[in-house]
Amino acid sequence: MNNKQTLVVIGNGMVGHTFLESFVTSEARGQFNIVTFCEEPRPAYDRVQLTAFFSGKSAEDLSMVEDGFFEKNDIQLHVGDRAASIDRKNKTVTSEKGVTVSYDKIVLATGSYPFVPPVPGHERDNCLVYRTIEDLESIKKAAKGAKVGAVVGGGLLGLEAAKALKDLNLETHVVEFAPRLMAVQLDDGGGAMLRRKIEDLGVKVHLNKNTSNIGDGDDRFHKMSFADGEELETDIVLFSAGIRPRDDIARDCELETGPRGGVCVNDNCQTSDPDIYAIGECALWQGRIYGLVAPGYQMARIVADQLSNGDMTFTGADMSTKLKLMGVDVASIGDAQGQTEGALTYCYQDDATEVYKRLVVSADKKKLLGAVLVGDAEAYSTLLQYKLNEIDLPEHPDSLILPNRSGEVVGLGPDALPASAQICSCYDVTKGQICSAIEGGSTTVAGLKDSTGASTGCGGCAALLKSVLDCELTKLGIEVNTDICAHFPYTRQDIYNLVIVEQIKSFDELLTKHGIGSGCEICKPAVASILASYWNDHILEQSHLGLQDTNDTFLANMQKDGTYSVVPRIAGGELTPDDLINLGKVGNKYKLYTKITGGQRVDFFGARMEELPLIWKDLVDAGFESGHAYGKSLRTVKSCVGSTWCRFGVDDSVGLAIELENRYKGLRAPHKIKFGVSGCTRECAEAQGKDIGVIATENGWNLYVCGNGGMKPRHADLFATDLDKDTLIRYIDRILIFYVRTAERLQRTSVWMDNMEGGLEYLQSVITEDRLSICNQLEEQMVHVVDTYQCEWKTTIEDENKLKRFRHFVNSEDADTNVVFVQERGQIRPAREDERELAATAEQI
Amino acid sequence: MSAWTTICSKDDLQPNSGICALVGGKQIAIFYMPQLDAVYAIDNWDPIGKANVLSRGLIGDTDGAPMVASPLYKQHFDLASGQCAEEEDVKVATYEIQIKDGKVEIKA
Ligand code: SRM
Ligand SMILES: Cc1cc2nc3c(=O)[nH]c(=O)nc-3n(C[C@H](O)[C@H](O)[C@H](O)COP(=O)(O)OP(=O)(O)OC[C@H]3O[C@@H](n4cnc5c(N)ncnc54)[C@H](O)[C@@H]3O)c2cc1C
Ligand code: SF4
Ligand code: FES
Repeated sequence: MNNKQTLVVIGNGMVGHTFLESFVTSEARGQFNIVTFCEEPRPAYDRVQLTAFFSGKSAEDLSMVEDGFFEKNDIQLHVGDRAASIDRKNKTVTSEKGVTVSYDKIVLATGSYPFVPPVPGHERDNCLVYRTIEDLESIKKAAKGAKVGAVVGGGLLGLEAAKALKDLNLETHVVEFAPRLMAVQLDDGGGAMLRRKIEDLGVKVHLNKNTSNIGDGDDRFHKMSFADGEELETDIVLFSAGIRPRDDIARDCELETGPRGGVCVNDNCQTSDPDIYAIGECALWQGRIYGLVAPGYQMARIVADQLSNGDMTFTGADMSTKLKLMGVDVASIGDAQGQTEGALTYCYQDDATEVYKRLVVSADKKKLLGAVLVGDAEAYSTLLQYKLNEIDLPEHPDSLILPNRSGEVVGLGPDALPASAQICSCYDVTKGQICSAIEGGSTTVAGLKDSTGASTGCGGCAALLKSVLDCELTKLGIEVNTDICAHFPYTRQDIYNLVIVEQIKSFDELLTKHGIGSGCEICKPAVASILASYWNDHILEQSHLGLQDTNDTFLANMQKDGTYSVVPRIAGGELTPDDLINLGKVGNKYKLYTKITGGQRVDFFGARMEELPLIWKDLVDAGFESGHAYGKSLRTVKSCVGSTWCRFGVDDSVGLAIELENRYKGLRAPHKIKFGVSGCTRECAEAQGKDIGVIATENGWNLYVCGNGGMKPRHADLFATDLDKDTLIRYIDRILIFYVRTAERLQRTSVWMDNMEGGLEYLQSVITEDRLSICNQLEEQMVHVVDTYQCEWKTTIEDENKLKRFRHFVNSEDADTNVVFVQERGQIRPAREDERELAATAEQI
Repeated sequence: MSAWTTICSKDDLQPNSGICALVGGKQIAIFYMPQLDAVYAIDNWDPIGKANVLSRGLIGDTDGAPMVASPLYKQHFDLASGQCAEEEDVKVATYEIQIKDGKVEIKA
């Protein structure tokens, strides 16, 4: 028992959970015990990304809940239990499972439910809706053996649902009551262009169709009949005909609700009972329901603030949206249909590339009122800023939507934005907040993501964030010195381009033409890596030798006592018993400490420099090659046992891992690269923590990119799904060379991605749509690297000249007396200083 | 401390890189920069990493002054003075060295 008040949060959806997150860091936290009811069988997940469930994401991937969140914050969570009633007189909430809690305050975050029109037959089997993970599981089940699917409703969610049906390989139909798609967000021209584009993708669109009955079909499971007499046969019907607020619990306890549903709230998000708040899709503010997350998040933050006696209020929200529907860019801003009195319209339509853009401006042509973009939504963030901040339009507003062929920069400099301008709507981050974070030392995109949260939601604001950052840095007079070091006034990417354009073959040539001084431990290895990934000469060629990091010079990793480790390649982690015996023999012969690495291979430690060629001769004779453990290059492709043995495996992960490892071995990169290949979604190879991850699916391979373990783990991004092997390899070729060409030195793919303007979507457009028209070049470069592969150790032991380096003294056969080993657990290890002194005395005696 | 000792031929030097010689029981790191036609000799012992490794470091310059970066923890040592750039009170010994008639000679 304590004397705290009790706060009950009903609904743990996107908004309810965001509320909890805000509340636990607010001032009022200490005064409340928190109880939350969550009707669904799992706590909050990202409903916005629901469709990704069909392209390989799991329920865990979609979760919004940080590990241990409820425990850490001492929140009593009732999962799978619906709050059934509120007794306002006795101030209690009672759940379906019979839990009764006394409350002081309630936050209703019950969201909404999909509206199913009362068409006769709507309750038949395989008539489904699209809102929860369970809904998706039912759809997946129904799709087994089905051929055709129809979505009722051509709005935003309906098209999202249509994508899901398409992903399930069904012949897909969209049936819309209105005369155009996305009737709320688009105008006729935009709707028509969107229709063309999605019909190109093989989805059939039926407009002006009023479903009057659903009955037994002749060929398919259902027959849908329409008011105009036409019919459509389908196996699945998916209703997506709008949402309705879940206000039943509010209505039952006689809170004020709207005539068409919704719990009425004031500017404080309070209902007609001041102790009860409502937020998110169940809340009705000034007669409006907001069916998007961002306004809900705003309400969540307001209530957290109100409970801490703050004075934030809700003043409405912008409903502008930008989305990708089946790969088609669509955006809508403000008064998209031009309903404002006196509004003028500018329109641009290009049937050849299927682009439609419309601007709605005020009668005096000064202010932007609304916009529609279909097929190309690049102008979205600029236009949105014009609208939200009421910035004066340029003299010719149409310049904002006309194709820019002159190369002159149109649009809005971030300088023109006021400090209050919202840059990231997902996390409500303003330009002012970003500027203070920059002043506080976050001077990279990745740093700003960390410190402000901007651009960590839908990612739509990435380009704008970057331009604010660049502009602020320039203004602060922080010259962002991106020079690689004092010897070259260039970035790594510049140097890469110089090497390509001028076909430069050596460091000396580059230094003479473009550098100063004699180089250092920063530029030398970086240039060595660039030359290696472009020309792929042996790294110990005389002209490259002095450039290599110590580990590369001796093709082995230096340990603390100056000895080396030896790591032969064991592609995919597969090796025969004989291989293992041969490895054992080598380890025994040279008395090396032996260990299995975290990368599924064997590492020998304690090799003296002069022993390296001897050890490697034995290894090469036994059929092994260099594992490049010393290089900034491909390390390992971790595999799971896969379909060959595993009862769950759906494809041969070991086979693919070996093939990938053999293809990319030897590729030099800005940093090391690791792969993983798993045979099914159980993911025993941890592919989603790797730079390149591949997971087998029933229909091919899912490709993940830019994951990382190590110091700052990063979950990989799902890049493409259900690829056949050739496409998979083509994409990996392109991604890797693009990384090799554009990353900073020592930048892992994870950080490269976090700093990439446009993020994953941009990378996808470069790799899958060839946005920069460089895919051919990228592939050619990879083919060159693959074709010119040599085992660096094999070449080295065959070359007297290269071997000259491998002796401790140039003028003596003696060994380094400072290297002293002692025994531990049956193997050697470097002696500690005290042990070493002991050994020295013993020798003297 | 007076006479020059011949340790190897000029061809044994590694251009833009280092080798190690044993001179009177002492390990000496020798670096060769062909563009400047310069040779340098310092202790091979890395007093910070505590191992005989400096000859295996990368060489170059800091503001024009020739240096070697230790392969273990990357501290820079001035090749002419032996001074460590990161730790004021750390310095390694340097030795007089020359190339004469295709031979490398040292006073150590
Ligand atoms: C040998 C091994 C540990 C072991 O006994 O298992 C190892 C040993 C070293 N790791 Fe590692 N790492 C080893 C697996 C890993 C893994 C696990 C994996 O690959 O699945 C990781 C996390 C995964 C990842 O990289 O995303 C890992 C993350 C690191 C990092 C942190 C990288 C990061 O992005 O945060 C470093 C430091 C760096 O690279 O700058 C590092 C650096 C090193 C260095 C090179 C440190 C050094 O400079 O001496 C170690 C020398 C290796 C040697 O002498 O052979 N090692 N290291 C593993 C060799 C794997 C192999 O077969 O090649
Ligand atoms: C497929 C899809 C795509 C979408 N795409 C976008 C998009 O691109 N952009 C965008 O802004 N929005 C999008 N949305 C809308 C967005 O998901 C919603 O705006 C958001 O989820 C609303 O959050 P909420 O918390 O109010 O409701 P919900 O997320 O629905 O959460 C409400 C939760 O409360 C539970 N609940 C209800 N009653 C009770 C009770 N009595 N007791 C206990 N629990 C209860 C419900 O089961 C539910 O889990 C999309 C929605 C869907 C379905
Ligand atoms: S990932 Fe799947 S196929 Fe591979 S071992 Fe694990 S369960 Fe088996
Ligand atoms: S707007 Fe969605 S992440 Fe910033």
